[in-house]
Amino acid sequence: MSAPASLSDPVFPPLRINPELVRRILVGFIRNEVRKVGFERVVLGLSGGVDSSLVATLAAEALGADNVLALIMPYKTSDPKSKSDALQVVQQLGIHHLEIDISPQIDAYFARFPDADQKRRGNKMARERMSILYDQSWDWRALVIGTSNKTELLLGYGTIYGDMASAINPVGDLYKTQLWQLADAIGVPTSIVQKAPSADLWAGQSDETELGFQYRMIDQLLYYLVERRSTVDELKRLGFDEAFIVDIIRRVRDNQYKRRLPVIAKLSSRTIDRDFRYPRDWGH
Amino acid sequence: MSQDGRLAVGLVQMDPALGDRDRNLERHRQWVRQAATAGVELLVFPELSLTGYFLKDLVAESAIPLEGAAMDELRGLSDGIDVVLGAVIEEPDHRYFNASLYFSRGELVHVHRKVYLPTYGMFDEQRYFAAGDRFRSFKTGFGRAGILVCEDIWHLSSAYILSLEGVDMIICPSASPGRGITTDERLGTAESYGLVCRTYAQFLTTFFLYCNRVGYEDGANFWGGSMVIGPNGDIMAQQEGTDEALVLATIDLGDVRRERLANPLLRDERIELTINELRRVWHERTRKPF
Repeated sequence: MSAPASLSDPVFPPLRINPELVRRILVGFIRNEVRKVGFERVVLGLSGGVDSSLVATLAAEALGADNVLALIMPYKTSDPKSKSDALQVVQQLGIHHLEIDISPQIDAYFARFPDADQKRRGNKMARERMSILYDQSWDWRALVIGTSNKTELLLGYGTIYGDMASAINPVGDLYKTQLWQLADAIGVPTSIVQKAPSADLWAGQSDETELGFQYRMIDQLLYYLVERRSTVDELKRLGFDEAFIVDIIRRVRDNQYKRRLPVIAKLSSRTIDRDFRYPRDWGH
Repeated sequence: MSQDGRLAVGLVQMDPALGDRDRNLERHRQWVRQAATAGVELLVFPELSLTGYFLKDLVAESAIPLEGAAMDELRGLSDGIDVVLGAVIEEPDHRYFNASLYFSRGELVHVHRKVYLPTYGMFDEQRYFAAGDRFRSFKTGFGRAGILVCEDIWHLSSAYILSLEGVDMIICPSASPGRGITTDERLGTAESYGLVCRTYAQFLTTFFLYCNRVGYEDGANFWGGSMVIGPNGDIMAQQEGTDEALVLATIDLGDVRRERLANPLLRDERIELTINELRRVWHERTRKPF
């Protein structure tokens, strides 16, 4: 799709951030939300991508490298570069790591369902990793720290109860293009910041190919839609293609369920999360 | 207050535990001790300092009545120095107020019930609280003071009314969550509050004590930035950073007189004109005859 010149800047001006300010808020967030509920440690899935590399960096600063465990969980079709990138981050930060090849357990399961398509297998892998993360978090007495960014969460580009599952998420209010700026500023290796984003559920997978649009453009549209509450007419006047607008709005709407707890059938006068409303940080 | 009209004020930029009144009360005692040792005569705690801010259904469970053992404990905090703190007040008719209380010499001197309860965006106060219905100043051992809680200051009339009562200082306990990330070094909210507080101090020629909390609740960060502003609009003390801190400043209440001599804005204020114009606007809005 085409976009007017003002929308084609490398970083769309309204989405530029002061990385130092954001770093300070997020490091404080991790420290505060982990420690006040009685934990010292976090565990995360480290894919070698920019999101998890950034979260590992923030967590190491917040809690100390010794309190961060990175799980590297490749499947046999994962790009070997992902693992070497993850190991580079582990080494750079000095955090703990554990490599668990999920191929045996995935293959054992799908031996019964050989016709399963790539998406189904990809979702299963994401949930397998979640299950391992929560198991290791129990063993290591750690909280699972999430790595889903705002763009993914809004588009629903993630697996519910898979990579979307966590106890706390420091990057869920950062669009991908903002996250790139932060990662770059706080020392995530440039090769990781600059590589094409991929869920790496199968060889050669690319977020932007799958989504059909570039993150840069998606974030600009989401900025107007979500932050500015622009109307479709306004978006068209700004130069966005109508098909693009319609597609993104549909994705945000259709994936709302992924961002919510399961719907509870209301019976009593105080139903959990509807009229039984307590803060998550209750008593902390 | 010393003979020469100087007053040592302290702002407690603290991080209250959410819904744990006992723990917070103990922490208030510690801050009061620390402030008293530092020579503070008037100590200000943030909004809802005794309970934390995003209480939701914990409002009822965190509330205390204006009379009784819990209030006696709070009054006890002010045996040595004057104390302003934030609490949920339950009235005998079971309405709950987001209130800020001024204690002096073991007595409750003034209660301000927050008038403007933000209920938009990330805020939901009207779901849980009843709204206060007045802005009143009160006499302290250090001149006339008025309290506005957080959102109250986003309505010009609140500070204006207090200023017409001739306050020497406006005390603003706050629980302002930070938001608005740009390339600026400060959050959008921090910029806005700085602008509003300094404007009020200068326009109304009054001291302005802004005490904001720090910490995180359910992911929201409170940005601190507590400040003491003089009646000429200058910032006399401000806490940078988001750590817990006791912000100290010695203010000269004579500065109010000096400022009002130099800029007699309050003297020249046309109260009757304002009342008449407001009445006209009100009638036009409600389509009632004069």
